[in-house]
Amino acid sequence: MNLTPQRGGVVILLSFLLAFILTVMPLPEWVRFYRPQWSTLVLIYWTLASPQRVGVGIGWATGIVIDVITGTLLGQHALAMSLIAFIAQKMHQRLRLFPLWQQSLTVLVLLLIEKLLSLWVMGALSQHVPSLTFWIPPIVGMLLWPWIFIILRDLRRKFQVS
Amino acid sequence: MVVDHRQNHLEGIRSILAVALSPLNVIINLPRSTGEWISETFATRSMLQQQNQALKKENLLLQVRQQKLDSLRSENMRLRNLLDSAVKIKDRVLIAEVIAVDLDPYRHQVLINKGSSSGIFIGQPALDASAVMGQVTHVNPFSSTVLLITDASHGLPVQVNRNGVRTVALGTGQIDRLELPHLPNNADIEVGDLLVTSGLGGRFPPGYPVAEVTSVTRNPGQPFASILAQPKAKLDQARETLLVWTLDSIQGYEPPDDATKAPENNAEEPQP
Repeated sequence: MNLTPQRGGVVILLSFLLAFILTVMPLPEWVRFYRPQWSTLVLIYWTLASPQRVGVGIGWATGIVIDVITGTLLGQHALAMSLIAFIAQKMHQRLRLFPLWQQSLTVLVLLLIEKLLSLWVMGALSQHVPSLTFWIPPIVGMLLWPWIFIILRDLRRKFQVS
Repeated sequence: MVVDHRQNHLEGIRSILAVALSPLNVIINLPRSTGEWISETFATRSMLQQQNQALKKENLLLQVRQQKLDSLRSENMRLRNLLDSAVKIKDRVLIAEVIAVDLDPYRHQVLINKGSSSGIFIGQPALDASAVMGQVTHVNPFSSTVLLITDASHGLPVQVNRNGVRTVALGTGQIDRLELPHLPNNADIEVGDLLVTSGLGGRFPPGYPVAEVTSVTRNPGQPFASILAQPKAKLDQARETLLVWTLDSIQGYEPPDDATKAPENNAEEPQP
């Protein structure tokens, strides 16, 4: 239990909002398939940084929001993201100690799990099986992870989010 | 949760959430709408004059065509009366704008800015200026989602305009391609044929143009010819879409027997 007053909820909320906006921001046709899973990346960061505040519940809510704004099946992303939040929360102590490149590799695995679960749901609904470009976003996400980590860490320190 | 959604119990929850999240759409649409506002505000006089002239010319042309259409329509009605068949020509349409929001890249969907508050319903056909675009799949109070005809899960009953051969146009997941499966090798269909809606599904009003056949491959070893068509609607560039209510809807329309000839399709235009 942490007895210190919780601060900076607004910062967490704003970072998620920004992630949602980036998720549905219109992009040129050729970059659309490279769009990383912004909200998953933000979710992973906050679960690592303050696991006592952001966890499975928030992950589920984030997933529902993504489902609504991108028009996928309600629950498709929610399932995947609550699982990711769970894994990240379980491993947060270990993950925090990793050097950045090793963290990126772990993040890649987490992002791939999200895509895999999405694919599974799509398969269960007998939707069209997407092409191999479906697997590009986790790799882009992995490459972006160090920057996202540093930016969000600086933000967290500046606003002293605990 | 998945099962629940398949039975559409969660449609209400989805629309509530969508309303709560609609400010997000406004924010995302902001760059484009301000850009448009700026270009409209600072349009020069000569540009406006040019535009005005062009529109006047187009209007004249359309009026001439409309005259011809009026006479054709009355002729068509007369002939239909002679044949004792159903007359269904009047449609009501509503113009909705496409919101610049990227949805799931693996599904062909667009978000439009009209919803159940404007009377939009699930399954309503959406057209653009030239052809059929798709149908409404989710309705929220102030916005709705349109599934395009090229989505891999979409099928649309069509017929060839030239001779009335009926088939189904399936989406392929590629924005410029439809597939016509299960047509035998000797079916009378050629490259360049116009496909129009046949109205058989009961969802789309009959007679709207859909696509043009681009390739017909007849392989004697295969039971069916492989036929591809290109949608006439500008699915990836449309800014506006027309939503159609068929006034004299399905009850006046009797699906023809499979043995009888399909009804000749009639020139039919949306009435604002």
